[in-house]
Amino acid sequence: MNKNTKFIQGNEACVEGALYAGLDFFAGYPITPSTEIAEHLAKRLPEKGGKFIQMEDEIASLCAIIGASLTGHKVMTATSGPGFSLMQEALSYAVMTEIPCVIVDVQRGGPSTGIPTHGSQGDVNQARWGTHGDHAIIALTASNHQDIFEVTVNAFNLAETYRTPVILLFDEITGHMREPLTIPEKGKLELVQRLRTSVKQGVDYHPYLPREDGRLPMSDFGDVHRYNVTGLVHDMWGFPSSEPKAAYELLRHLVDKIENRANKIAMFKEYHMEDAECVLISYGASARSSLHVVEDRRIRGERLGLIELQTLWPFPSDIIREKCADSKYVMVVEQNMGQILHEVKLSVDRPDRVFLANRIDGVFITPLDIMNILRLIQGKGV
Amino acid sequence: MAVKDYIRERFLPHIWCPGCGHGTVMSGLIRAVEQLGINKNDMVMVSGIGCSARISGYLDFHTLHTIHGRALAFATGVKLSKPDLNCIVPMGDGDALAIGGNHFIHAARRNIDITAIVMNNRIYGMTGGQFSPLSGIGVNATTAPYLNIDNAFDVVKLAKAAGATFVARTTTYHAKQITDLIMQAITHKGFSVVEILSQCPTHFGRKNKEGSAVDMMKRYREITTPIGSKKKKENPDLIERGIFVQENNPEYCIEYDKIIKKAMKG
Ligand code: SF4
Repeated sequence: MNKNTKFIQGNEACVEGALYAGLDFFAGYPITPSTEIAEHLAKRLPEKGGKFIQMEDEIASLCAIIGASLTGHKVMTATSGPGFSLMQEALSYAVMTEIPCVIVDVQRGGPSTGIPTHGSQGDVNQARWGTHGDHAIIALTASNHQDIFEVTVNAFNLAETYRTPVILLFDEITGHMREPLTIPEKGKLELVQRLRTSVKQGVDYHPYLPREDGRLPMSDFGDVHRYNVTGLVHDMWGFPSSEPKAAYELLRHLVDKIENRANKIAMFKEYHMEDAECVLISYGASARSSLHVVEDRRIRGERLGLIELQTLWPFPSDIIREKCADSKYVMVVEQNMGQILHEVKLSVDRPDRVFLANRIDGVFITPLDIMNILRLIQGKGV
Repeated sequence: MAVKDYIRERFLPHIWCPGCGHGTVMSGLIRAVEQLGINKNDMVMVSGIGCSARISGYLDFHTLHTIHGRALAFATGVKLSKPDLNCIVPMGDGDALAIGGNHFIHAARRNIDITAIVMNNRIYGMTGGQFSPLSGIGVNATTAPYLNIDNAFDVVKLAKAAGATFVARTTTYHAKQITDLIMQAITHKGFSVVEILSQCPTHFGRKNKEGSAVDMMKRYREITTPIGSKKKKENPDLIERGIFVQENNPEYCIEYDKIIKKAMKG
């Protein structure tokens, strides 16, 4: 094995990706199946001068990293469903105040305590709609350790680029599975650093005035620009405002800066799509079984293709519509009751041709499960 | 520097009612920072939600106006990530000890170098006069129309038991003591708590027939006494003012720096 190759869990691949991206502050609270992320960072962060803190709950964890982001650090927290529920209010605060941060949700079976040691993809809609108020959000996922690493690096890049929280929706299956990860050489992957203001001391700095390209240069707490950060509707100085114009413009900005760039933010992989009659759309652990099915059927001459989504939110509707335009069937493979299915149906021209292959019993969906449903759709019987 | 140099004029007028105690706390705080000669760039003020929490916006520091009850959790992230900054967290009684109670005890337990100021008016002012965990038995509030049966916390005892290493109390009647205690709290290395009894004439005063803001402040003079005074022995119901706890225990950020040294050695 390459000296940079390690045989590790998916949760550790996320840790490696975060450290590669420049993570230097983590706050978290133990919860299955994400705990290994906190455990590894408790050891690894101080080795490079970074900081780890175990907080009293998940609410405090997200609040603490938001505070640390404001002093100029790259920050992350990690949790699972119940903890992610607790974080929703602070998540909307990070959206409103435009504070870069990364939140990992290693999904487990829900609702409530559910099946903590089994995988699920049940938090997809929560990532999008869990918090109050109109807003946009970025959520990414991956199906193998190399991709978990890269998607994690990308999460930090997007958080800095758009000044926004980014959610990493992994799952228990990839999180706990072991497989090789090769850590790229330094400099191989692009890293986006925080955009800091060039405004000099004594000159009026507007923390909430977007530049022409939509980006908002920041100033660290402790630096020469003292400004206000608030979850209230605010003006370009960060001062509370109840002016209809200020409220309208802020909300539009928060949504547009992400939704208008959905195609740019979209990360996905394609397998055998060139002449696919039947398109599978999947993501995370489910995409592993989906790929298996596609490759297996291709050998037998069936024209199956796979789109593996890595960006779940903003949902890449245009791309899905285009890619599925010539297909006879579309089958969404996921471990929930159809959370991405719904988005796909909204995106394509023929929603009646979109089907679901899923499992919700905590058992990892197998290629055979997918095949059986595929045969039903094709009218071949099981 | 003059007091006005600490205030963001763009932010005024403030939202507080005439006679609200929070203005007195704010002036005391400004004087403390001024007398200590701390550079404004080194000051971070983190607050939650409520009338008291609005203090942060009015002051020309780095200010973080957050969500209800969680200010200390945000402040923990600010402080641990950049320990050179002075971190002050003004909180109301509901903010600090109802929704924020968990963060309060854990910040105290860690003994992280943050100054928590509990502006205790025994009521939720911003939402119109509901009882808080510091209201106490017999108080009249919109959510206690038959008078309150909920026991109150004693902030001093709670902070002490949770591990705060500087704990003090005063009132808005004792303006000079506010400045003095906040100065000592900021200088103290560790988690410090200053409870300031602060009048809400609009809701607490009106509902509990305590008269005008001036009457309420005069009452603070009558119902409080310096720690260990003769008056306290004669009348145990009096509330004590002064410094209850002042200890030197390991501070969290300093201890974490030791961990970094240990980890870096490998
Ligand atoms: S409602 Fe009470 S606490 Fe709030 S500003 Fe008015 S007097 Fe002060």
